[in-house]
Amino acid sequence: MPITITLPNVLAKLADGQRTITAYGTTLGGAVADASRRYPALKPRLTDDAGNPYPFVTYYLNDEDIRFSGGFAAAIRDGDEVTIVPAVAGG
Amino acid sequence: MTATLTELPELTREELARYSRHLILPDVGVEGQKRLKAARVLLVGAGGLGSPLALYLSAAGVGTLGIVDFDKVDVTNLQRQVVHGTADVGRSKIDSAAERIYDINPYVNVERFETRLTSENALEIIREFDIVVDGTDNFATRYLVNDACVILGKPNVYGSIFRFEGQASVLATPEGPCYRCLFREPPPPGLVPSCAEGGVLGVLPGLVGTIQATETIKLILGIGEPLIGRLLLVDALTAQFRTVKIRRDPTCPACGTHEIQELIDYDAFCGGAEPVTVKEITPRELAQKLARGDDFDLIDVREPIEWEIAHIEGARLVPLSTFPAAIKELDSSREIVVQCKVGGRSARAADALIAAGFRNVTNLAGGITRWSDDVDPTIPKY
Repeated sequence: MPITITLPNVLAKLADGQRTITAYGTTLGGAVADASRRYPALKPRLTDDAGNPYPFVTYYLNDEDIRFSGGFAAAIRDGDEVTIVPAVAGG
Repeated sequence: MTATLTELPELTREELARYSRHLILPDVGVEGQKRLKAARVLLVGAGGLGSPLALYLSAAGVGTLGIVDFDKVDVTNLQRQVVHGTADVGRSKIDSAAERIYDINPYVNVERFETRLTSENALEIIREFDIVVDGTDNFATRYLVNDACVILGKPNVYGSIFRFEGQASVLATPEGPCYRCLFREPPPPGLVPSCAEGGVLGVLPGLVGTIQATETIKLILGIGEPLIGRLLLVDALTAQFRTVKIRRDPTCPACGTHEIQELIDYDAFCGGAEPVTVKEITPRELAQKLARGDDFDLIDVREPIEWEIAHIEGARLVPLSTFPAAIKELDSSREIVVQCKVGGRSARAADALIAAGFRNVTNLAGGITRWSDDVDPTIPKY
């Protein structure tokens, strides 16, 4: 099932310049793995070597922090929207 | 902020005139303006975010503004740090900001803390204020500000920027999440470039800092819906503002389990694993090496856009962003000196080269910036 993943600007260049990409899967982790397969340069920025999210990058599924709703195991539905927010420190 | 009406300071005739547009706002009025006058707000950082904060909070009549900063105004700050002017280059940021604040509003009291915020002084400084506004430029100070705010029960008006995007929230309130709920751990050093290395759109701290100023005023007045439990994401390129929900994490070591009872070593916390120690060469030593005609490759790992601004004669551009593929083009049997703007990215490049089997790799200490200081002043700094 297709979902959309919105990338921060800094990662868009690793996905052919796209800010929003489509990914398929039945779980959030599956969709992230699908996106990583299609944009290999993105992979190390989305997950660690074991395929888990980093503690300094937060995933929001339909604006909810996924850590409180099943993490990467959370089921996804057609049309879900995922937003990836990395920690930044500039001021 | 909890002062009762009778404890609030009076407004003079001049202040009543100055704040007239606030006084006629139903949600502010004389009482709200007195609350602003009674408020004590600490700005951590007088840079990009601190600039609009200082300007708007002083103009709004916040009675006491504390400012923590140890830096001096540099010409490269002026593209975004609008509290400082060209004539201020070389002055302490605190003195420059205080002068501008007093010009905007002489009724504001500025308390100056010309120091780096550290685990030793943070509680003592923050304790004396009602609200803390985080306008720092590094992860270590952000975690320090967060933990100190949680320990002392002070709201932390958070803002952060990078390139074209920003984030803002109100953290560490009694009911809401803290910075550690949002990002449990910092990224490893070097993964996220600083604004000095990655760049930042000059107007972006204006956008985000003004949002922080707005949230600060809302907290003081007790009006509206503060960004508690929400993270505002600002994207200057798409002109989109959106919020996502953030929650207090019951396992958060700061505000959840409260296992953090005192401040820690934040440089170590943000330093991660000890990096591989790479040999360093000073700019003067490199200049001698080049003058002798030593046989080695000088590799500049910055981006092409930086190369165009300035580069060292004899260097070859191999951007770090093109690693690891570009490593295959380099000869691992040769001596290599890597170089970037200030030495951070080239240290990572050196680590990557050593991991790829290169044996003779040296990093230029201080990068092209120190090269400009120590060897060739005709090289522009940026």
